[in-house]
Amino acid sequence: MSTMTMAKALNAGLRRALDANPKVLLFGEDIGKLGGVFRITEGLQKDFGEERVIDAPLAESGIIGTSFGMAMRGYRPVIEIQFDGFVYPGFDQIVSQVAKFHNRTNGRSSVPMVVRIPYGGGIGAIEHHSESPEAYFVHTAGLKVVTCSNPNDAYWMIQQAVASDDPVIFLEPKRRYHDKGEVVHESKPIALHQARIVRGGTDATLIAYGPMVKTCVEAATIAEEEGRSLEVIDLRSLSPIDMVTLTHSVRRTRRAVVVHEDVRTLGVGAEVAARLGEELFYLMESPVLRVTGHDLPYPNSRVESDFLPDVDRILDAVDRSLAY
Amino acid sequence: MSQPLQPWGGPPGATPHADAMTASDEMVQLLTPEGRRVEHPDFAFTGDDAEIAGLLREMVLARRLDLEGTSLQRQGELGLWPPLLGQEAAQIGSGRAVRDADMVFPTYREHGVAMLRGVPVGDMLALFRGTSMGDWDIDEHRFGQYQIIIGAQTLHATGYAMALQRDGLIGNPEPDRNAAVLVYHGDGASSQGDVNESYVFAASFQAPVVFFCMNNQWAISEPSTRQSRIPLYQRAWGYGFPGVRVDGNDVLAVKAVTDWAMERARQGQGPAFIEAFTYRMGAHTTSDDPTKYRLSEETEAWRRKDPIERVKTYLLDAGAIDDGWLSDLDAEADALGEHIRSTCRQLDSESLAHRFDVLFREPTAESEDDRDAHLSYLARFEPLSEESAR
Repeated sequence: MSTMTMAKALNAGLRRALDANPKVLLFGEDIGKLGGVFRITEGLQKDFGEERVIDAPLAESGIIGTSFGMAMRGYRPVIEIQFDGFVYPGFDQIVSQVAKFHNRTNGRSSVPMVVRIPYGGGIGAIEHHSESPEAYFVHTAGLKVVTCSNPNDAYWMIQQAVASDDPVIFLEPKRRYHDKGEVVHESKPIALHQARIVRGGTDATLIAYGPMVKTCVEAATIAEEEGRSLEVIDLRSLSPIDMVTLTHSVRRTRRAVVVHEDVRTLGVGAEVAARLGEELFYLMESPVLRVTGHDLPYPNSRVESDFLPDVDRILDAVDRSLAY
Repeated sequence: MSQPLQPWGGPPGATPHADAMTASDEMVQLLTPEGRRVEHPDFAFTGDDAEIAGLLREMVLARRLDLEGTSLQRQGELGLWPPLLGQEAAQIGSGRAVRDADMVFPTYREHGVAMLRGVPVGDMLALFRGTSMGDWDIDEHRFGQYQIIIGAQTLHATGYAMALQRDGLIGNPEPDRNAAVLVYHGDGASSQGDVNESYVFAASFQAPVVFFCMNNQWAISEPSTRQSRIPLYQRAWGYGFPGVRVDGNDVLAVKAVTDWAMERARQGQGPAFIEAFTYRMGAHTTSDDPTKYRLSEETEAWRRKDPIERVKTYLLDAGAIDDGWLSDLDAEADALGEHIRSTCRQLDSESLAHRFDVLFREPTAESEDDRDAHLSYLARFEPLSEESAR
């Protein structure tokens, strides 16, 4: 066991993945000597060489499309998209080519590739650097979409994603890159597409992922002081969604609030709310509420704190859920 | 007033790329439309007349395959067919420059190349009949799936070539160990971002990939001049690799030029660009109506440059084939036609439930539940249909 930041945990996980399989390649802009703009790949080119940790020309569709070609020949490219807002030039290759390949080859072939995307806001960045693009990928059949919220998950989930024979969109909450936590090297991790109960509770379930898990735990801690017991679930996998863990929790608490930075309309929260409604309608004491980014383009950084869900907005939604 | 481009397409003051092939402003031709062999300073067809007869045979069979496709669409057996009519030389000449170990990435029109790569005709037709997604065995035939998104395959080809590099399959002293990638795209695709990005990546990594631009003059209704103000092959210089324009209706020239480019790539000398100057004699697809946007005089002029007739003329004049040989070939084409028609009519689709089974290599409980729900919904109708049958 050791304590490290999420950034270091991802670096360590990638190093393990490169060690474990010579077919694993890292491909992205500035990931070589610089180690990526967030230093996630720091030192890896030095240790694994320029043929395996490859600085790419500055073209996202080119990176995704050529990685697809390498994956067709048995390589396992792990792509770094520099920032969330830069993935869109590569969107066609992801949704039209990568996502469909196993299906359109009638199961003959697959492209085992990982697209790492630092995502989310809260870092005071200029536009296109704080987006939450997850819903686009969750909406696309044929992709698996996961996101880590802490260093231990980061370390294990990136290795599991690289080992997956299906394409995985791997979302990294960039505002949590420098948060420290325990990484347990010794014990086996839970399955990649399994959700995790972060904190037990009985009055309502907070459902979050990525950057909002920490915020929800803070909200639950404050609520506890007010005598309310909130369960917090880290979804971890956005596609598929682990409904077993969710329904197990909400059967007990009978109230749920979904929290994400992404905008509300047709977001992951909408899907979770619909599925909980379909399965637990008669059991629930209140409708599933959503605390999300507003239906706006991501705003200028000086007002992003009003855009992003925070402890107060989460507790306000809990109040409304409990008062129902 | 701005200065004109230099004759080879470069900007004023620039010097041509070290590889003089780029500067060639001429179209490589080795067999004239009249069926006469001509010399070219840089390229030669080295095969004998028997090999040329083999190319003729394959062009004739490709044309028959194509005509059957169009007819089957007209009979309602196929939903759509993109004809290759007129592009037989460009397809067979380039396809014959590919070795077993090489990899090919097609558009959706390379039926002749697919035939050379041994793709079963039923697998090809199934895509257009709607009974499959076009799922021939890519690795067995070393021929990628048809690509509908214009130009997307150029990036896959470049990535595949980068994988060949990493596998140590270029530049080996034993030539049989080496491999390269041939990727087709059209004149319209030359405007796509993906295609231009593939040129950048191929040049940057010196990937063993040959871009075969099938300039058939028309991107549906738009002439190639809508895509480019300079001859397409001259663009290659700007990306850092040689470009050659070849008479795409001359199978000997296409074979010679593609041989050169593929061998160069196999030896580790990087990408090359071939512009096959040809003509789409038919419609873009069976849904298209070319009479709305181009003149019959133009089509007629290209008919006189037919890729098959010139080879026939040459071989007959050379005494390499005779009328008996040609009627045997006709009989072979008739047999192929019969095979295509009977194969097509037998093609059927697996059920929708199967699509869930091939969504992921590692299936999720979610997609399995979706499939089961779909199947149990369908199962509810079975007793009802039996009842109504009574």
